[in-house]
Amino acid sequence: MLQRSKYKVIREVLIEWIIRICGISAVVFVFAIFLFVFWQGKGLIFSGDFDFWKFLTTKEWYPASENNPRYGVSALIAGTVSVTVLAMIIAVPFGLGAALFISEFCSPKLKETLKIVIELLAAIPSVVWGFIGLTIMNHLIMELFGAPIGLTVLNGAIILALMSVPIIVSIGEDALQAVPDSYREAGIGLGVTRWQMVYKVLLPAAKNGLLAAVLLGVGRAIGETMAVLMATGHAVHIPFDAEFPFLHGLDSVRTLTATIAAELGETARDSSHYQVLFIIGILLFTITFAVNLTADLIVKGVKGK
Amino acid sequence: MSTIQKSTFAMYGLTVLASTLILVGCGKKTTNGDQSAGGGNSVEIQNAGSDTMVNLAQAWAEAYGAANNNVDVAVAGGGSGTGIAALINGTADIANCSRAMKSSELTKSVNTHGQDPKQYVMGLDALAVYVHKDNPLDEITIEQLGGIYGEDGAITKWSQLGVKSSDGNDEIIRISRQSNSGTYVYFKETVVPKGKEFKLGSRDLHGSKDVVELVGNTPSAIGYSGMGYATDHVKMLKVALKEGETYYAPSLQNSLDRKYPIARPLYMYTTGEPTGHIKSYIDWCLTDAGQKIVVDNGYIPAPKN
Amino acid sequence: MIEAANNAKKFTETTVGRNCRFTEKIAKSVFFLMTLTMVLPLLLIIGFLFYKAWPALSIDFVLELPKNGMRAGGIWPAFLGTLYLVLISLVIAAPIGVMAAIYLNEYAKENWFTRIINLAVINLAGVPSIVHALFGLGAFVLAAGLGRSVLAASLTLAVMTLPVIIASTKEALSAVPMSFRQASWNMGVSRWQTIRGIVMPNSISGILTGIILQVSRAAGETAPIMFTGVVFYKAIEKGDLLAYGLLDQCMALAMHLYTISTQVPNVPDAVPFATAVLLLGVVLLVNALSIGLRIYLRTHRKW
Repeated sequence: MLQRSKYKVIREVLIEWIIRICGISAVVFVFAIFLFVFWQGKGLIFSGDFDFWKFLTTKEWYPASENNPRYGVSALIAGTVSVTVLAMIIAVPFGLGAALFISEFCSPKLKETLKIVIELLAAIPSVVWGFIGLTIMNHLIMELFGAPIGLTVLNGAIILALMSVPIIVSIGEDALQAVPDSYREAGIGLGVTRWQMVYKVLLPAAKNGLLAAVLLGVGRAIGETMAVLMATGHAVHIPFDAEFPFLHGLDSVRTLTATIAAELGETARDSSHYQVLFIIGILLFTITFAVNLTADLIVKGVKGK
Repeated sequence: MSTIQKSTFAMYGLTVLASTLILVGCGKKTTNGDQSAGGGNSVEIQNAGSDTMVNLAQAWAEAYGAANNNVDVAVAGGGSGTGIAALINGTADIANCSRAMKSSELTKSVNTHGQDPKQYVMGLDALAVYVHKDNPLDEITIEQLGGIYGEDGAITKWSQLGVKSSDGNDEIIRISRQSNSGTYVYFKETVVPKGKEFKLGSRDLHGSKDVVELVGNTPSAIGYSGMGYATDHVKMLKVALKEGETYYAPSLQNSLDRKYPIARPLYMYTTGEPTGHIKSYIDWCLTDAGQKIVVDNGYIPAPKN
Repeated sequence: MIEAANNAKKFTETTVGRNCRFTEKIAKSVFFLMTLTMVLPLLLIIGFLFYKAWPALSIDFVLELPKNGMRAGGIWPAFLGTLYLVLISLVIAAPIGVMAAIYLNEYAKENWFTRIINLAVINLAGVPSIVHALFGLGAFVLAAGLGRSVLAASLTLAVMTLPVIIASTKEALSAVPMSFRQASWNMGVSRWQTIRGIVMPNSISGILTGIILQVSRAAGETAPIMFTGVVFYKAIEKGDLLAYGLLDQCMALAMHLYTISTQVPNVPDAVPFATAVLLLGVVLLVNALSIGLRIYLRTHRKW
């Protein structure tokens, strides 16, 4: 009687196999994504007249030209970089400041509330952010900065900052919480103030985790599509130059992600324009992969200690 | 344990609900197929393409659906290129186009479907050149437009056109369309010397409405879009071919008389001679009822012949 | 008492001490202000959206079909489309995600292979949504031959939300104390029976929380669905809950907001704002549900 029926044993083995297969699904999908995107773009890469170096370094983006299509993405990369950098200039201090406040300086009750609010901030869909950029921020920037047009790097950056702050706060807060309480107690026990303890003990101890938080914020900002499509003005333009302040926040730019979103719909399958958009996709995939991998390695480094 | 059971129950419930929806969805699909095979009851027409025509197509679909319960018309935008690509790929029944098919597209379609695509002229669209309503400029020539938009055009300041923008910003903010729109291609062919491209750095917006909206919000901007998109915040310029010739306003009569220089036909394409529901739909769009919708949306009815 | 108070006074504050306390105060208020600048915009934006949307918001707005070239009427087809996409992607992603998490948390040993899977999950979560769109187009629409359809769009969303489900389920599973499992194994119960009888029931609320969060993410996404199955306009019957078949195209709220705010001319201001508020409302409601469930769970935990 204690023997289980054969059917049950077989069923259990079967279920365990299904679970195993599901377990590796994530790996399968990551590979599948890379392969499929690469597959669609490979025709152009191996066609012989595609110069990858030229692709990266020229700014002429005329993908739909009848007689002389040119695929240069340096302006698009500059667009992505400028929006991301400016977004991080805003988001990193604010995000880390908020993480410190939530983790170290506020009452448990306020902490709960703030964490919920931050979580809701993270939930706002990117198209709603884009809509806000297009309608509200556009006017605000024209009013406040006297800019001729409000769809600019700054507009996109503020929105991306608000979008990536929740990630920076929640991962940063995790990193601060991971510092053992004994560090804090030792500091406070020596009679230093909370701020001194945070500055001298906590920040050095949690710096890797905080760096990872920032990196994940960067990853989110690079990959964002709809918000930047609607808010940055979508102009092929390099907003950097050699004069101070180097980055012109009131210029319009176009990002890698927005280019795919705006142009993919149009292109005939397997045309070189279609393939070049997939190559941009591979580029994006590689960049975010590297950023996330680095962040993960840093976090794992912290845990390993 | 009771709460746990409740949540387990909730999860099962959710799954069952969703699966039922799917199953029923599938079921309905098959019945549809059967019915249309049996004598044509509820069928779906896939209509994709030009953003210029998307609102017109939507209005047709809405009215046709109201009059014919058994036909659903799905409308997708994305640009003329998208529609043709979808037609070639077989994902659309009708392609809306605000430009004629390119020869490369024709060949591709013939190769894929084995017959010449059929072209219908559904109406005319006059492309208006828009400026902000406070802009003192009233008239412009095609040559000047070429200077503003063209690759090596010399006009970048409002002062070069002899006017002063109402917000004091002398730089002309060029607003254009993304490269897959028929509007982009047609405007380029009309104003930019043959073989040349647009100047980089224009704000390439995704929708015809977007252009007009942005011009209405930006005192120093210039943009082009269908005349049906006019709002109270913008002004349509009168256009002449070159200095010294008569300037014509974009209007129904001027376009029908072929006096206004930037008017173009709006097409629908099918892969071959259409039959059944698709044919009746296109025929209906060309009736007086269908053409009234054309006028209501700010376009010019198709010339009768 | 009085004596104690007098004693306390004897400790006069030094300049150093005062400076320290002063910096402390400054630091605290700066951080507080920083937090506030992150939180305030949220409230202001939501308030402003509501204010602009108010004239158009009504129950009819949700249940009506769009009329007059989408300038009037409601958003029912888009609402229904979003519901379809979310539910179908949920049905696909939830079982795979939960089982993947069970594998990672209950079966997998700590070795290089598990490490790779975990890395894959993290990277999958970081893949930009537009790259998911490229993948969905290449894999589901073209290679699998599904065409632009509800199913292709849902599959794309499912792949996108999978890592979220895996991560949250894993967290819920690992919150169940090891001693529960050991007790069960010691009774001679098999691994799978333990999972089904002990681990799952004790973590089901946590798992559900994660799945609900997935719903809110899927409902708000635009980029992955705009090339895989969502259209500008699709006529459906009013009140027909089964209007879309699996291989039909559909409308969706997020895409609808994008199109009416960039493509349709002369839309009354309130309509896009009302659509934004509705989309935001759906997403925030689902999130609130998930947060509520989590708080409830934390206060009712049995161990």
